[in-house]
Formats: sequence, structure tokens, C-alpha cells
Amino acid sequence: MAKIIVVTSGKGGVGKTTTSASIGTGLALRGYKTVIIDFDVGLRNLDLIMGCERRVVYDFVNVIQEDATLAQALIKDKRLENLYVLAASQTRDKDALTTEGVERVISELASNFDFVICDSPAGIEKGAHLAMYFADEAIVVTNPEVSSVRDSDRMLGLLASKSRRAELGLEPIKERLLLTRYSPDRVEKGEMLGVEDVEEILSIRLLGVIPESKSVLKASNQGIPVILDDESDAGQAYSDAVDRLLGKDVEHRFLDVKKHGFLQRIFGGRE
Amino acid sequence: MTQAEQNPVFQLRGSMLAVTVLELEHNDLERLDWQLAAKVERAPQFFSNTPLVLALDRLPPESSELNLAALMQLCRKHGLCPLGLRATHPAHLEAAYRLNLPILPGMGAQPKTRPLPPSDESSAPKPAPPLEPVYKPARIINQPIRGGQQVYTQGDLIVLAPVSPGAELLADGNIHVYAPLRGRALAGIKGNTSAQIFCKQLAAEMLSIAGCYKVAEDLRRHPLWGEATQISLEGDTLNLRPL
Ligand SMILES: Nc1ncnc2c1ncn2[C@@H]1O[C@H](COP(=O)(O)OP(=O)(O)OP(=O)(O)O)[C@@H](O)[C@H]1O
Ligand SMILES: [Mg+2]
Repeated sequence: MAKIIVVTSGKGGVGKTTTSASIGTGLALRGYKTVIIDFDVGLRNLDLIMGCERRVVYDFVNVIQEDATLAQALIKDKRLENLYVLAASQTRDKDALTTEGVERVISELASNFDFVICDSPAGIEKGAHLAMYFADEAIVVTNPEVSSVRDSDRMLGLLASKSRRAELGLEPIKERLLLTRYSPDRVEKGEMLGVEDVEEILSIRLLGVIPESKSVLKASNQGIPVILDDESDAGQAYSDAVDRLLGKDVEHRFLDVKKHGFLQRIFGGRE
Repeated sequence: MTQAEQNPVFQLRGSMLAVTVLELEHNDLERLDWQLAAKVERAPQFFSNTPLVLALDRLPPESSELNLAALMQLCRKHGLCPLGLRATHPAHLEAAYRLNLPILPGMGAQPKTRPLPPSDESSAPKPAPPLEPVYKPARIINQPIRGGQQVYTQGDLIVLAPVSPGAELLADGNIHVYAPLRGRALAGIKGNTSAQIFCKQLAAEMLSIAGCYKVAEDLRRHPLWGEATQISLEGDTLNLRPL
């Protein structure tokens, strides 16, 4: 049986899709059969970041409405043997998702995969609710700023009360914090919250800290999940996060301010 | 009389209380039962120990045989707690007297006095013995309470995990938070002025005891902000002390 992991946040644009793509790819790289589902019906982003947008024939909504089978709709990744994507529909709205439909698709996937990653849309409405409803674990993506932390907190409350696990009184969803777009310089200047602040406010386990990095945008423009760019700090940070997700004890990196070069120190130049 | 004996042990305060009134239009408890059930379904939040005034003064005059005890039971079943009655019919007034239920003034009317107790002791049913105070165990919560969540309990509330901004704790009794309190805490919400709030780290958006409150704007300036604090009501102001 697969582990169902939702990547969620409440707030929009914090890096959920970037994270879903990289974590999913990282799990597949380590040999786990993985599928990533795009729950952001109406927008469709995941396929672009995964670089498979030109191969979408059927999507998640088609499968829910039984216009297509899962086998027809799953898009096999061109780089990795055991990685699949289920794209969102661009032409429907969120009402096309139903609890019964989502349950049927997820349970069918669960018996064929090791991991099902659900890329949640922003907000706390229907799409976000369905993305987290069947989850066993949650990666709560948060940026180091007050509004994002508040929204994550709200989402954690929903995970603890409005999920299937909560409603059936099962063991609660395992919650993990992924702090993204982290910039130690700006934390030091007091422009952003530090890791400890966010950890303390949300009081959940820290899965990782992904630094703010130009490599992320570059990678998504090329349709390559940033975790495959092992030169980049963001890619390495995602790799560490995947190892931690699998139970490894990996020390956190990229938390300190970069040592500035000699000239920068003298002239105080910006990085 | 010694000085100590003269010190007042209580104060009477006037207060305005906003309270829901259930105006009964027909003496049809069966219909009321399922109509209430439907309302509860739609707004379960509202129907949890909601204080309520039962108004019987709009019932048609021929409804004298209304079973008040059954009506009260029905309200409680659906999470409503009748505090008193608004009524004019003598039969209703007498029923209220037997159930020890206060009569409240009607719309713009004078307060109704209780009818005299029936003179013939033997024919009148014995008034129910006064209720023993019921022991209400504290509610203990071990998980963080997140923004958007609301917790209410009739007795004391004990929280062993952080309370987030945007979360709300409500208790008829005391509130203890053995962690940072960043949300709102309202103790003694049914008017218990001796209720208190205890927290390990004061960072609350609002504190309230029996309706007297302070908001973060005022609390932030207090030297105990961020500290372990005990909050009680003295007169009508909240008093903060280090724990
Ligand atoms: N670590 C990072 N460094 C720099 N930019 C980043 C980082 N993570 C994400 N971004 C950028 O932030 C933007 C939003 O990312 P993404 O689409 O993954 O967010 P999202 O949470 O899925 O958004 P939505 O709520 O709209 O679904 C993108 O432009 C992405 O390139
Ligand atoms: Mg997205």
C-alpha cells in the first residue's frame, strides 16, 4: 500500500508545486514507484514543472468522470522509470472533483505505487480539502513570513480535524514543515522570520529548509525538477528533505549567512 | 461587628446580556423537536450549551396545558440551556415556579412576579429538591489549537500545547495553558467572575473573564507580556500577576 502524502500550505505561491515535483522525483530516484497528482484543477502547473506538458492527453478529471482509465491518464516520466504524473484539467473547475471520485482514484493508485504525492491548490476550499482528505502524511510548505505561517497554522488545524483520519479517529496525519524560499541574509537583517521562529510557532517537525535560489526558476523554465540539478543549493536541500522523509537523520544545511568575499566585506556590496 | 465582618463579600452589578429568545408560536413539541434537529444540523456550532430565554407569551391562550418540563428537556437535548421564561399565562407561571425557573420581563412589560405558592400543601406537587452542583471534569487537550479552531468546555479547560493566533478557547470555568497562549482565551463566559486564566507564556490576542476583556494592544505593553501569568478579575478590570 502506498503512502499518501499531501503537499499543502493554505497560502498560494509558496512552492507547493516545486516541492511536489522535487520530492516525487527524489523518491523515484531512490527506487520508489511514485505518482504525483495535480489537484490544482483549472490551472495546471505540475506538468510544466515536470516537463511533460506536451504529452497530456487525459487528466485527473477525465479519470474521475470515467472518461478515461488511470492507465490512459498516467503520464510516464521521460527521465525516470518509476515516476508518473496525473495532470490537472485546464478546462474544468474545482467542482469537477468529488470525494467519491478522488477516493476511487487514490485507492487504485495506492495499490500500485509506493508513494502518492498530492499537489494541493492554494486556499482551504474544496480542492485543497480533497487533496489532503485521504493523506497519511502532510508536507506543509511555508515561507518565512507571518502571513504564510498563519495560513500554514490554519491548514494544520484542518489536517487535524477535517481529514479522513481525523473523522474516523485514526492515527493523525503525520505533519512536517518544509520552509522554502529561505534567505539567511534577510533573516539576519530581520526582514524574514528565522527557522526557529517558524518551528516554534507551528510546533511541528522540520523536514527541511530550501534556500531562495535562482536555480528554481531556471529549472522550472526547463521543465526539470530542481532536485535533478545537484549543483544547486535548492536541489541539494530537496535531496536532504527526501532522505529525511525516508527516515534518515540528515543535518540541516543552508541555514547560515554565506561568508561574503573579501571585497564585498570591505565595500559592503550586495550579494 | 468587626471590620472584617463589615467588608462586603459581594457586589451586585447591573449588566446587559445579549441572549437568544426562543418564541414558541404553537404548542406542538413534536414539530419543535424535528425543526430544532434540522437547525442543529445546519449550525451545530450555535447549539452547544447556548443560553436561551423561552418565550411562551406568544402562544395562543388555549395552550395552557403546555408541558414545560418536556419543553425544557427538549431544549437541552438540542444543546440549548433555558435560563428563564417569558410568560403571562397563569398556568405557565405556575409551571415555571414548580420547576424553579425564573420569570423574566416580557417585551416592554413589567417584570412578572411569581404567583403565590399554592396554599393547599397536600394537593400541590412537592417542588423538586434543589439541584446538587454537578462535578464537571476538566477538559484536557494535548494537541496544538490552531488558528480558526474553537474549543469550548463547561468546566475548566487545560491545554498542554500552544494556542495559535486566531484560535479561541472558551470555558465556563478556568483556563490553563501550559504553553504559549497566542490566541484568545475567554474564561467564565457564563458570568463566573471568579474564573481565572493561567498561561506559561502570555502572547494572547485577547483575554476575557466574565465578559471583561483586554486585547493584545493593551497586553503588549504589560511587563508580563511573554511571561508566565495568572489573570483574574478584580472589580471589573483584569489583573495580571506573575506565576
Ligand atoms: N526555493 C525557491 N527559490 C526561489 N524561487 C522559488 C523557490 N520555490 C519556489 N519558487 C518560485 O515561487 C513561485 C511559486 O512556486 P510554486 O508554483 O511551486 O508555488 P505553489 O505553492 O505551487 O503555487 P500555487 O499556490 O499557485 O499552486 C514560482 O515562480 C517558483 O519558481
Ligand atoms: Mg501549485
